[in-house]
Amino acid sequence: MQLVCPAGSLPALKAAVRQGADAVYVGFRDDTNARHFAGLNLNDQQLENGIAHAHQHNTKIYIAVNTYAQPDGWQRWQRAVDQAADLGVDALIAADPGVLAYASKHHPQLNLHLSVQGSATNAAALSFYQDRYNIKRAVLPRVLSLAQVKHVASQSTVPIEVFAFGSLCIMAEGRCHLSSYLTGESPNLCGVCSPAKAVRWSNEEGELTSRLNEVLIDRYSEGESAGYPTLCKGRFMVNGQRFHALEEPTSLDTMDIIPELVKIGVSAVKIEGRQRSPAYVEQVTRVWRAALDSHRQAPERYQVEPIWRQTLAGLSEGSQTTLGAYHRSWQ
Amino acid sequence: MKLSLGPVLFFWERDTLMQFYAEMAEQPLDVIYLGETVCSKRRSLSLDDWLGLARDLQQQSSAQVVLSGLTLVEAASELSSLKRLCQNGDFLVEANDMSAVHYLAEHKVPFVGGPALNIYNGYTLSEFIACGMMRWSPPVECSAQIIAAALNQLDELGVARPEVEVFAYGHLPLAYSARCFTARSENRPKDDCDLCCIKYEEGIPLLSQEGQALFTINGIQTMSAEVNNLLADFPSLAAAGVDIARLSPRAQGMSEVIAAWHKVRQGEPAPLAVQGCNGYWHSRPGMVSVEEVGLC
Repeated sequence: MQLVCPAGSLPALKAAVRQGADAVYVGFRDDTNARHFAGLNLNDQQLENGIAHAHQHNTKIYIAVNTYAQPDGWQRWQRAVDQAADLGVDALIAADPGVLAYASKHHPQLNLHLSVQGSATNAAALSFYQDRYNIKRAVLPRVLSLAQVKHVASQSTVPIEVFAFGSLCIMAEGRCHLSSYLTGESPNLCGVCSPAKAVRWSNEEGELTSRLNEVLIDRYSEGESAGYPTLCKGRFMVNGQRFHALEEPTSLDTMDIIPELVKIGVSAVKIEGRQRSPAYVEQVTRVWRAALDSHRQAPERYQVEPIWRQTLAGLSEGSQTTLGAYHRSWQ
Repeated sequence: MKLSLGPVLFFWERDTLMQFYAEMAEQPLDVIYLGETVCSKRRSLSLDDWLGLARDLQQQSSAQVVLSGLTLVEAASELSSLKRLCQNGDFLVEANDMSAVHYLAEHKVPFVGGPALNIYNGYTLSEFIACGMMRWSPPVECSAQIIAAALNQLDELGVARPEVEVFAYGHLPLAYSARCFTARSENRPKDDCDLCCIKYEEGIPLLSQEGQALFTINGIQTMSAEVNNLLADFPSLAAAGVDIARLSPRAQGMSEVIAAWHKVRQGEPAPLAVQGCNGYWHSRPGMVSVEEVGLC
């Protein structure tokens, strides 16, 4: 089972390579990918250097062109695909059937991975992309239980990649317009969720408040730890109760189910977080490499080391982790 | 401009659904969508019941009847039920997941591409048209500008346009999750939800801590709190290339909503402003009413 790690910069890419990632995924510096954040991602020169560096160390590079092309910007998506092919990346991660069609037609040698943004949650959906675009792998959305992942994997010949660790999308990826409803910018079209430019922090009557396009997402009394106002992780009022009505600030961590994922035949596990620092990438990659190696060497003796858990908890949103949808009771 | 009635997005009792459709059969509608698109546990009507209702409606009304498929398809049972729906042989199907597109394309059956399919540009449109899509209902976050540009792009590609149907009235379906938020709000696990969403005929309002209405909780679906209403924008619908305005069922007053739209399509002037939001249509945040914030 491959370890696929994120990089939003050249130092992060090198950190992932250094710590033993099997593959590193990156994006261009525009809205063609789902982490279109100011100052993030690699320019052309950095990409060339990064790919050469990774390949020298037998690490693969995947490039995400995984937003949905806006009609007026089509050339940007087309150019991104051409550039990825020219750079000699090991795979292109895409979601938009128009983009996949272009890539499979013009660059048949380019490996295509269906992005999580493609929202394929069942074998029939995977068949569509396989038959039509010859995808070589698919990243499953974080909505399936472990039993469902197993079922999909058993019914499909498309190799499966699943999310292993990182920020948790509560909604099916590619199927959430909450961000554009409040701010006008969405993951599908703009590559952002709850964009930083719409965020405003202030102190109101002794409480720290976070707003997104002036909508109150949460308020914190003294001593409470405050998180980034991703809109699905705020505290809202439902039936007169104030609570995290959609999801708590928490991170996904699947280290406990590595043996099951291997048994199911999952091809790769993915770490979320191209927007995170090189230090984050370094630590998460190191811990996950250790866990996967430990399982490979002695599957029957595998257990999660306390130090791994401690390291990951320290890097998690709200310092807590969950098995998310893999564990049915979370749903 | 044609008028369509979207699938009922909420969970209603069987009798409520039957009464609702008996009333809808009398309305000046051109298309009626039937079926469960949100949660497979909602079984007031079985697939056979929906098919029976479809046959009845086709006799009682001149409207075209379309069967809408489930959106988030996870379990094997959901997939096999969707396959049966796609192979019903009699009625047009609205695909809301790529699995449905796969089944329909495989059998070379023309279909409607529902708002839950991510089709945002002309190149992608042409892919779906090649698979048999004859009508496109764009994602609800699409603006008039994106729709018009995607259709122009399709013209440039030399591909004939599909019919275009815009989500013109109702709570906007915004997101789908593995988690049931209605069950969560009642502290129930999803597997023991007791179908509690039956109690909320139009979902549960989700407000900010300042009381601002943001979303509507509807099982695994999250909808807009505001009702999206494009009636005041009627003249611009046709200009953007829209053929059909989709009115999404609400618990009360649907006949009045249809009547208001019908008057305008028959030539009465559109109102200058209506209650609700229309931000998406104007390339703004979806929750905005552009008339209210003085954008037009």
